[in-house]
Amino acid sequence: MSEILLKIDGQEVTAKQGITLLDAARSAGISIPTLCHHEKLEPYGACRLCIVEIETRGGTRIVVSCVYPAEKNLIVRTRSEKIDRIRKMILELQMAHAPDSFILQDLAKEYGADRNRFEKEASFCIHCGLCVRYCAEVKKKNAVGFIDRGIRKEISFIPEIASKECWKCKECFPLCPTEALQAAYVLVEALAFPQAST
Amino acid sequence: MDKERIDRIIDKHNCEPSYLIQVLLDIQAENSWLPGEVLERVAERLQVPMTRIQHIATFYKAFSLVPKGRHQIHVCMGTACHVRGASRVLDTVQGLTGIEPGETDLDLKFSLETVNCLGCCALGPVVEIDGKTHGKMAPALTADVLINYD
Repeated sequence: MSEILLKIDGQEVTAKQGITLLDAARSAGISIPTLCHHEKLEPYGACRLCIVEIETRGGTRIVVSCVYPAEKNLIVRTRSEKIDRIRKMILELQMAHAPDSFILQDLAKEYGADRNRFEKEASFCIHCGLCVRYCAEVKKKNAVGFIDRGIRKEISFIPEIASKECWKCKECFPLCPTEALQAAYVLVEALAFPQAST
Repeated sequence: MDKERIDRIIDKHNCEPSYLIQVLLDIQAENSWLPGEVLERVAERLQVPMTRIQHIATFYKAFSLVPKGRHQIHVCMGTACHVRGASRVLDTVQGLTGIEPGETDLDLKFSLETVNCLGCCALGPVVEIDGKTHGKMAPALTADVLINYD
């Protein structure tokens, strides 16, 4: 694999061909906030918090660094007024769903996000897909998945699989960026009321 | 729906996991809804996780996970039909069938849905039953139309 050279926040970074901007930045010690990223899982690009600004053909463009492949001689900025503004908005929208998440609260402090900006609709899920993808890709059990779409999208356990696998695993609970108990709640609901959850 | 009919549909698509949506659509067309046992059979034959099937079956409005009636009533609530009194037509249909939009009556005769435009606004208000379009509907006419279905 060939090495490529790019510039992140003014710092020269060498990266392997094909890795994402996020991995390139992190390998150089530059931190980018993420919620849906997990090193064991395929890039997903759900939370959009890891956006960065890149310079191409004279202009700048906002891309999602966890799914954007590093390119030769690319100039990347991980913080700017525009990025901070967008990240603040993303955090405020996510806090309408998960107002008491510690991770979100810490990030909100950094970016000056107001947790009460939008009317709260606490579903405790920001659709990062970590539990769903971890179960499918790492554990290969597919006990939990998404159902429905848009504003009604939520996670749902398959009772038949969950009753056999989940109590001895529970590895998806601590992955949750909003509230580790959310998956536990949905799991118990699926096991207690198997008919209602499908 | 028996196993052979499901298997026939799956075999028609060569048991390809990528044909999942097409398989579900064919089953939906034959059976008018997707029972849990059918989904389990599809998961087993196509080797697709149940979570994926559930995601798809709840994502698309074409699929139904609850039984549907023999006749599907679609009442258009689009702008043109709305200004010509679609809500009053809907009220009478609800009164005659005893069900709300999204529901099916107990003897599985009718399922009622509202739709947002059927594309024939000049005929509004429009009610579509089993694919047949009934134009220029009025509350007084709905009973005459519905009586033809049993």
